[in-house]
Amino acid sequence: MALKFELPKSGFNFDNYNRNLILESKGLKSPKTIKTGTTIVGCVYKDGIVLGADTRATNGPIVADKNCEKIHYLAPNMYCCGAGTAADTEFTTNLISSKLELHRLATNRQSRVVTAMTMLKQMLFRYQGNIGAALVLGGYDVTGPHLYTIAPHGSTDKLPYVTMGSGSLAAMTIFENGWKKDMSREEAIEIVKDAIESGIFNDLGSGSNVDVVVITKDKTEVLRNYKRPNERVKKEQSYKYPRGTTAVLKTSIRNFVDVTEGVATPMDLS
Amino acid sequence: MPYDPHPNHEGFLNSVGSPIQHRFNPHTDNGGTTLAIAGKDFCLVAGDTRQSEGYSINTRYAPKVHELSNGSVLATSGMYADSVNLVLNIETRLEWYKHKHNKTMSATASAQMLMTVLYQKRFFPYYVFNILGGVDEKGEGCVFSYDPVGCYRRETYQAHGSSAALIQPFLDNQCGAKHQNIKEELLTLDQAMKITKDAFASATERDIYTGDYLEIFVIKKSGVTKHKFDLKKD
Amino acid sequence: MFDPFSEEGKDTRNPIRHTQQPVIVSSSVLGVVYKDGVMLASDTLASYGSGLSRFRDIERLKPVGEYTVVGASGDNSDFQYITHTLEGVTTEEYDWDDGHKLGPKNVFEYLHRLMYGRRNKMNPLWNSLVVGGLKKGEKYVFLIGSIKFVRFLGYIDLKGTTYQSEAIATGFGSYLAIPLLRKATENGRYKTLSEQDAKKLLEDCLRVLWYRDATANNKIQVATINEQGVSVSAPYKLDTEWGFAEHIRGYGA
Repeated sequence: MALKFELPKSGFNFDNYNRNLILESKGLKSPKTIKTGTTIVGCVYKDGIVLGADTRATNGPIVADKNCEKIHYLAPNMYCCGAGTAADTEFTTNLISSKLELHRLATNRQSRVVTAMTMLKQMLFRYQGNIGAALVLGGYDVTGPHLYTIAPHGSTDKLPYVTMGSGSLAAMTIFENGWKKDMSREEAIEIVKDAIESGIFNDLGSGSNVDVVVITKDKTEVLRNYKRPNERVKKEQSYKYPRGTTAVLKTSIRNFVDVTEGVATPMDLS
Repeated sequence: MPYDPHPNHEGFLNSVGSPIQHRFNPHTDNGGTTLAIAGKDFCLVAGDTRQSEGYSINTRYAPKVHELSNGSVLATSGMYADSVNLVLNIETRLEWYKHKHNKTMSATASAQMLMTVLYQKRFFPYYVFNILGGVDEKGEGCVFSYDPVGCYRRETYQAHGSSAALIQPFLDNQCGAKHQNIKEELLTLDQAMKITKDAFASATERDIYTGDYLEIFVIKKSGVTKHKFDLKKD
Repeated sequence: MFDPFSEEGKDTRNPIRHTQQPVIVSSSVLGVVYKDGVMLASDTLASYGSGLSRFRDIERLKPVGEYTVVGASGDNSDFQYITHTLEGVTTEEYDWDDGHKLGPKNVFEYLHRLMYGRRNKMNPLWNSLVVGGLKKGEKYVFLIGSIKFVRFLGYIDLKGTTYQSEAIATGFGSYLAIPLLRKATENGRYKTLSEQDAKKLLEDCLRVLWYRDATANNKIQVATINEQGVSVSAPYKLDTEWGFAEHIRGYGA
């Protein structure tokens, strides 16, 4: 006998879509997703790509995570910064990462950045912007270094320096003012750090620390918390409560084991 | 005929007398947090100095705690333009009172006056959350807390603004001895200062609209002193 | 005979509207405090909406009196009304002949009242204004604490919001120019910022705006206010760099 309710084998489940539309028209408030105000950037330099991100995750005006990771792993030679709806960036990059891994196992070749970019844009386009992921994709493959942005509706850009998120304008200013062709590794990390800090200090949606990833022909370095310009100050006093601060209203002790007093009978070992 | 919320106001009717449709939103929220704690012989009033709009910081230093000419201190948060004009309004009245009665207005009297000033604009409110701090006739610290349309109450401690929901429970515990097996007592100035500094440092960690600098005013019978501290800038 | 005041046939479904959106608009104005004074800058473009560049020679840095410059972004007709009003104020001030001259603080206060008054009438002047100036002997409470300060730089918008800072930008400039302006002026760095560097800083910011703001232009003006007085430059063109475009091919594969 067939089951009344069958789980789909894969993908999103739209069963309740029409029901939810009716409920919303009757005044039901649908739950809000967590959107992260963010500054994420990427930059091409002489030997590869530098990606950067801040580490603040927000839920409305409240900081939900002071040190979150916004640079996601896609492949050993590829990383992807995510802005927008937190869950969407997380699951989208995870999904593409898995597909890339399978593709590598099937082809026995290194993943290419265009492949990841095409998979991401096709997926985002298919969902017409309902997957709120704004991405900065960077990597180095057999055809050289590549840097892309992918907007939630699936459009892409391929540029020497890119920014995304609520701090994208603050970060872009730094690139427009200081980016040069064929920068050294140090120069590239410095300008990426400056761009992220510009977002951290001028955009309220961005804050805390700077994460950096450097991708070259045969090496990928993850510089987690490359800079920490916002250390918390020491507290003025301790808020440890003395024992007994919380009132005890009722005490009830129950025994889960029966303890018998007396002499234990020795085990017969014969 | 569409509903007109301002039927007899000159500015809201055109020359032909037909109603005017408006879509302009005259209010804005400039963020920020304020706090006040009353002590036995002092009152502490504090506020951060960040002024913001949306996701942008307008300036890192726009004081929202104002020392008034009668020796009390008014902490404002919400819409900055309204708070500037509210303070101006209050100051004018304090000045007139002085000329009329040949004495400065007491903190408790100015608290009641603030209520009427706010309620006068009941249908186009000053979008400002006020806390008035001072010392009363007995020389004891007093704190008055308001909503934008003039509902007010005397308190011993109060937090307002974007971090109010973060700080108020902390004050309930530390100043009000709530959820503790101890008796509520008024704080010493040293204790109040430490709690205020920690409250703002913590609010800055979790509220994007609070930060940059902290200004603390201490009001005693002898006068008002001002202290300034750094907060995080991100 | 046609009677405009007749109640008959009055259309209450289409009530008269006050300014609800700007029509001919201009983009950012920038202001910065430097070693010897204050500098303001803006481009000269006014657009019809965000697509049509309508006027390319609009000057929107206006000297007011001997010590002040007012810069405006937003609706151009509202700014023309503001300049007209300010001209009236300066004329009246001159007629008094009492030895007092309008300083930047006076102009700022006046404009604050004007803008806040109009927002109270629910009929705002759709502008963001920057007031910069310096009047010999006049000192302002400015920045961190009660430092007495001789240079004035303030902002006023259509809701009457005001603030003072060592770096101010309106419109898109508040996103694109502010990071660079703050970097150059924060933590007291404005005290060592030379006139040359300040001018370069403002040009750099306007260049970024020209690259990244669709309603910006590369024809700009710079106003300088220092002890010598007020000077507004004639409009001139920014040099810009588009060489990198040579290397860009497509947007994807």
